[in-house]
Amino acid sequence: MLKLEIRQGSKIFHAGKITLHALQDINLSIHENEFVTLVGASGCGKSTLLRIIGGLENFTAGDVSVNAAPVTGPGLDRAMVFQDYSVYPWLTVAENIRFCRELKAHQQDNSLRATYHAIGRAHALLELMGLDNVKNAYPNQLSGGMRQRVAIARALMPAPEILLMDEPFGALDAQTREVMHGLILHLFTQERSTIVFVTHDVEEAIYLANRVVVMAPQPGRIDSIYNVPLPPAGQRHLDMKLAPEFLSLKKEILQRIRATARVHTDAGLLDKLTKQHHHDNEEGRSL
Amino acid sequence: MPDTPHSAAPRRAPLWAVRGEMSRKTHVIFAVLGFCAVLVVWFGLAESGWFSKVFLPAPQDVAQRFYTWLAEDDLLKDVSISIYRVMGGFMLAVIVALPLGLMIGTFRPIQAFFEPVIEFARYLPAVAFVPLVMLWVGIDEGSKIAIIWIGTFFQMVLMISEDVRRVPKAQIEAAQTMGATREEVITKVILKSAMPSIMDSLRITMGWAWTYLVVAELVAANSGLGYAILKAQRFLQTDKIFVGILLIGLIGLVMDQLFRWVHRRRFPWLHA
Ligand SMILES: Nc1ncnc2c1ncn2[C@@H]1O[C@H](COP(=O)(O)OP(=O)(O)O)[C@@H](O)[C@H]1O
Ligand SMILES: [Mg+2]
Repeated sequence: MLKLEIRQGSKIFHAGKITLHALQDINLSIHENEFVTLVGASGCGKSTLLRIIGGLENFTAGDVSVNAAPVTGPGLDRAMVFQDYSVYPWLTVAENIRFCRELKAHQQDNSLRATYHAIGRAHALLELMGLDNVKNAYPNQLSGGMRQRVAIARALMPAPEILLMDEPFGALDAQTREVMHGLILHLFTQERSTIVFVTHDVEEAIYLANRVVVMAPQPGRIDSIYNVPLPPAGQRHLDMKLAPEFLSLKKEILQRIRATARVHTDAGLLDKLTKQHHHDNEEGRSL
Repeated sequence: MPDTPHSAAPRRAPLWAVRGEMSRKTHVIFAVLGFCAVLVVWFGLAESGWFSKVFLPAPQDVAQRFYTWLAEDDLLKDVSISIYRVMGGFMLAVIVALPLGLMIGTFRPIQAFFEPVIEFARYLPAVAFVPLVMLWVGIDEGSKIAIIWIGTFFQMVLMISEDVRRVPKAQIEAAQTMGATREEVITKVILKSAMPSIMDSLRITMGWAWTYLVVAELVAANSGLGYAILKAQRFLQTDKIFVGILLIGLIGLVMDQLFRWVHRRRFPWLHA
């Protein structure tokens, strides 16, 4: 079933006199219970696209719909996990996870059953995320990986249909990251939600996803989309990163990113600068 | 000769390491030594006979004066009236500055409307307002409170709005994606997140409030510590000037510690 649809999405930023085409003609359909990752060079509009899906920003032209209803702002059907600094330092781990219960939007149903269910879910999330023994700690007493688990658990608390994640593991070291990958795949099989996950790490993008969307900068656009030839989330394990089909897909995607990232212009600039430098030296000597 | 490490004794961090660590106890010892050093130098200079008592009274003279002021001259009244004025001016500044700073730091139009005016106002010298305030408010309590208010309010608003603006965007957006209304974002995220640094800003402005108190009392009062200092100067009671100055410093220090104590109590996650 179609969960999320983006049609002809474009986003223009005006920064002073510069007009920036952050996104141009984005078309993307994401199905229910699909795990889609967005990869691409920095500045190609991944975050902007995710924020638009989340309702934090709008397309300049085009539209997004969730369950065939247009998105006009943030909604309870979507939850978002940011890279860092989004966990509330003044609340304990458990209070962070229960934070949404403090909001009017989540207090429509105050029946005993709903409250009971919420308490149970908070417990289950603490358990699932391995946070049970630190539930009364403050976030700044935890490691970066633990803090991100809190952020994920908090986002999952209202049982969103779509989970949007913007480089959630970008600040973590490689080992912690792999642990988090296992966790997120486990969670994905448990919750049966739909996930859109932004990263600049190609390996991460492939390992987690059903589909990898490769984006390209200037203007920000979708370059290509790859289906991942790996077993379903619940059956993935780290050794698969060394399988030939994994490696060949990784190579292909990396090549696409390099081809679109315009590194060659930088190389040209470098070349020019070096020549200039030589030139200056020559002149210095002749004086 | 290479020195061999003593394996038996527990290794202590070197005291003079660059950005080194220090135990709480050592810290206190050094702080007390600092105060003692000042006292010793003062005592030495006073006893040396190089200065007349009118210029530099000895520590024991000052202590003596403190006692007579307390016992015979109603020191407590001077102290309490001064504290009352500082608290009055400061509280009135907080009552206005807190909501205004919160709004300026949260909403662009409010920032654009108020900030330039306040930036301008804070460069108006509060001290120069004294004659004007006396003209407008008279010379009763209102004028002292008004001067303290003028001296602290504008800085306070700007500092609070800056504290509010420094709340990480991700904290705000996380709440928005969870369905928080605008009011909820302000009360449950921005205010909670900015509170510790607002508290620090208030602690700093409290220090300035004391400065302006003295200014106000030096020129427009007939009671209070500042006034007592001025009167003592007329009678060449240098030891009394010393007592007044030291007391103002001491009260300021106590207030500062009080703020820090509240900070530790109210924001345990920053002191865990
Ligand atoms: N609020 C904004 N105002 C102006 N330009 C922006 C804004 N947000 C993003 N951009 C620009 O849009 C482009 C895409 O940004 P972003 O979506 O953050 O890329 P990515 O996440 O892929 O690195 C960048 O060039 C960035 O500078
Ligand atoms: Mg980004």
